Amino acid sequence: MSDYRYLQEQDIPSFLAALRALGNRVLVPTLQKGTKESVVFTPWQEGDPVLVAKATVPAKAAVLPSCETLVTYKKTKNPDNYAETSLTLTETVEAEPTVVFASRPCDAKGIAILDNPYTKGIYKDPYYMAKREKLVVISLTCNSGCETCFCHWVGGGPSSPEGSDILMTEIPAEGTKAYVLQPITAKGKEMLAKSALKDGESVVALMNEARKAAFATLSPKPDLTEAPQKVAACFANLSFWAQETERCISCGACTYFCPTCYCFTITDEGEPTSAQGGRRLRSWDTCMSSLFTREASGHNPRPSKAERMRNRVSHKFATYPENWGIFSCSGCGRCISQCPVGLDIRKIVLHAIAEAGGTVHPPKQEEAKPAKAAPVQAPKLEEVKPAKAAPAPKEDRAEARAEGKQTPSANDTEPARSPAPRRTAKKRGFIKTSLKKSGTRRR
Amino acid sequence: MSGVTSQNTNAEHSELRILGFLCNWCSYGGADTAGVARATQPTDLRIIRVPCSGRVDPLFIAKALFNGADGVLVSGCHPRDCHYSAGNFYARRRLEVLKHFLPILGIDPARFEYTWVSASEGERWKQVVTRFTEQIHALGPAPKFEDSHPLHAMVDMALAPLAPLGTGDPQLLSSVKEAIRKKLPELDCVIGWKEGRDGLHTVPHFIRTEADLEELRIGPFAIHNLATYLPNYKGKKIGILVKGCDAKSVVELLQENLIKREDVFLFALPCQGILDMGRVDQVLGRYQHITSLKTDDKTVTVVADGKEHHFPISQYAPSKCYSCTSRMAQDADMLLGNATQIQGTPQTPPELAMLDAMSLSERMAFWKSAMDRCIRCYACRNSCPMCVCRDYCVSDSRDPHWMSQSDATREKLFFQVIHTLHLAGRCTGCGECQRSCPVGIPILALRQHCARVIRELFSGYEPGTDPKAVPPLLGYQVEEEHIKEREWK
Ligand code: SF4
Ligand code: SF4
Ligand code: SF4
Ligand code: SF4
Repeated sequence: MSDYRYLQEQDIPSFLAALRALGNRVLVPTLQKGTKESVVFTPWQEGDPVLVAKATVPAKAAVLPSCETLVTYKKTKNPDNYAETSLTLTETVEAEPTVVFASRPCDAKGIAILDNPYTKGIYKDPYYMAKREKLVVISLTCNSGCETCFCHWVGGGPSSPEGSDILMTEIPAEGTKAYVLQPITAKGKEMLAKSALKDGESVVALMNEARKAAFATLSPKPDLTEAPQKVAACFANLSFWAQETERCISCGACTYFCPTCYCFTITDEGEPTSAQGGRRLRSWDTCMSSLFTREASGHNPRPSKAERMRNRVSHKFATYPENWGIFSCSGCGRCISQCPVGLDIRKIVLHAIAEAGGTVHPPKQEEAKPAKAAPVQAPKLEEVKPAKAAPAPKEDRAEARAEGKQTPSANDTEPARSPAPRRTAKKRGFIKTSLKKSGTRRR
Repeated sequence: MSGVTSQNTNAEHSELRILGFLCNWCSYGGADTAGVARATQPTDLRIIRVPCSGRVDPLFIAKALFNGADGVLVSGCHPRDCHYSAGNFYARRRLEVLKHFLPILGIDPARFEYTWVSASEGERWKQVVTRFTEQIHALGPAPKFEDSHPLHAMVDMALAPLAPLGTGDPQLLSSVKEAIRKKLPELDCVIGWKEGRDGLHTVPHFIRTEADLEELRIGPFAIHNLATYLPNYKGKKIGILVKGCDAKSVVELLQENLIKREDVFLFALPCQGILDMGRVDQVLGRYQHITSLKTDDKTVTVVADGKEHHFPISQYAPSKCYSCTSRMAQDADMLLGNATQIQGTPQTPPELAMLDAMSLSERMAFWKSAMDRCIRCYACRNSCPMCVCRDYCVSDSRDPHWMSQSDATREKLFFQVIHTLHLAGRCTGCGECQRSCPVGIPILALRQHCARVIRELFSGYEPGTDPKAVPPLLGYQVEEEHIKEREWK
């Protein structure tokens, strides 16, 4: 039997039920009615419908919940001497074995991007690590590009494997929908091997074709090789950022819906002397808010939305690449489609490159607007062969990641970009801002 | 007391959590008088002493009810007897609005009462406490949001419009451009709309040059309420394109002195409805390219990835357009067309009608299910032209710590309550909050209900229609026409 598995749409519930029976929380995309429909990951239970659409909200919360308790604390008085108190701290590292089902490659790459700062820096985040270790990501490869997404600009693709343990690809099937499941990591391989799914070897060729076809739908991409230097070069050019952000309303939707944004704030709540005690909460924060950098003195180093957007874009396209060698953007496009005023990070990056005198190769037009019948460069495909014919991608990518290796993309994209050159501290330093302080106004 | 139902028999005996906000000068004294007289009273009430009933923010009450109080009582000095002369007059308006607002959240309004007790009225205090405690015991322990079963619901947003909806005069764009071109040299900037990521999705546009002007888009694509930007440009002379509904926000900003009339130049567009992009995007689904976009007098036709979609404005407008009676600004600096007179009574907006048809417990379950997916991005807050605190929102404040950072659904809904109550009598119903919500929560229904309460209590008051009018919660009348004092016998 090969490592590949075959799954028909009608068998999804029994597959999920089996995962649940193993003690997993299974997060699946579900449709939510509303003034516009949205798709949200929710814990699946027997009988729940599953929708394999791209989620409005990425699965980031599986590793970085929008709020989690870091520690609880209690202050108790010594009954014999009330002046004496003692403090007990209880660490609350919580992790439930979790499977994310049918996220997209850009969601999964988001998790791979979070892995760097949370698990590979000098300090490792125990809360994140605990959840990450117990997580299995099953990503559905996309069968076409979409108007707002641009994974291929930033080193990904509709079937890139970064962050996924299993890739799942829809293949043509009569009268139903069918999928091939390809293990990417050892965890994924084990999960598939243990499952009751049928062997998928005979349909691997169909899978490769589907992935090739998906890649062929992508619009031509600009070359972002120069982005890190050029975005960094725009740092002091505040009028550029002010112009780019004039319509931004500083809400933070772009960051909260982003699979790669990882900033948080910490708040102590509750009375330590009460029966319930106090707790230290970590919750998502956004660099688009004035409060994010407001200091106790009232001084704010990023007083206007121009500085704040500069931070967001520079972090994703200059400083994170400087540290980790890849962009901290998976090109999911949520910040574009979710922004109430349609700010487009693609345009900001392209404009920054142009502003700093750089070039992006095709497409020439900056609007990222596809030409009619866009000629797509023939992708260089390194086909994934059935396990018997060639060594399957059995290399454990999680391990590769842990060793800080650049993981090669599975079969449809170039490897991620090479690390950007280091900027000198001097260059980053004290630059006088020409923008007027926005006073007490938010934007 | 007769109304105790069987399910509450236990509750009748055990204490419930009732919170009282009592003013220092009268009601707290009254409670003291009752105490000194050794009057027998129920012991469920926990008293918080406040300087004046005017100090009681309706959010105190909402917060208490959200966090486990079974009932809340506010008591102050009798009208005309306030030690700060008018505190209780302001309180009366706010508290009455709150009482009418609570049911839309699924909270029984009988869990909250307000009244007046003077320092000498020990006997009356005893009666008030006894009666209110009995009332709460009859209701039993308050149902909790956390315990609600999921209830996902949504309605069809399209209604029969009061006047035909369409895409507007195709010749209008060139005359609008011409008008702006003439005026542009005198203005720092004119705010309009332009194409965004594709021809169908427009974005706010800041016009400074002739080239900028060429990009202007109007008609059904004049989506955003641009008034949100106006307070950012203090001291600048800003031109702004306004639909009828947007103009109300400008007027409200003027009413509240947040912008200066001489700083803004209003270009009034005649409007025949805009597209509800949330519903349009839902129909389009995932697509790659828009290859054609055509507009005839009624319909926007889009070809996306080779598939043709028709969006008649009459079916794809946001709910506000169906009940709109003022499609063009009245006191603009330049009228760019003729206003149509629209007669008729607006229907209840669909999202509000849906809630009206629900029971209290269904409403609670509905909000629990809907707010669950709120991600606290605060796009709703930041897109609101009337949210004036901007960088200093109470939701972000740590001292006082108004909102928990916990992502519990009730905290998320509580923010919506904060927003709605801060907007009471000020919200013009522009719908930006709901339009901006990336996960499609019908939060406008809360504002629509609150606006209805304001209309009922304050003789049909409509925010944003008269630049000289004082918003109702910033004023009072000694004898209120529509607020009836409740008897406590
Ligand atoms: S870019 Fe858009 S989503 Fe992000 S803060 Fe600005 S307005 Fe909000
Ligand atoms: S920056 Fe935007 S496109 Fe990039 S990963 Fe975040 S939400 Fe997606
Ligand atoms: S609360 Fe909503 S509808 Fe009311 S003014 Fe603000 S954005 Fe407009
Ligand atoms: S816009 Fe929607 S998701 Fe964002 S805070 Fe408001 S209600 Fe919540």
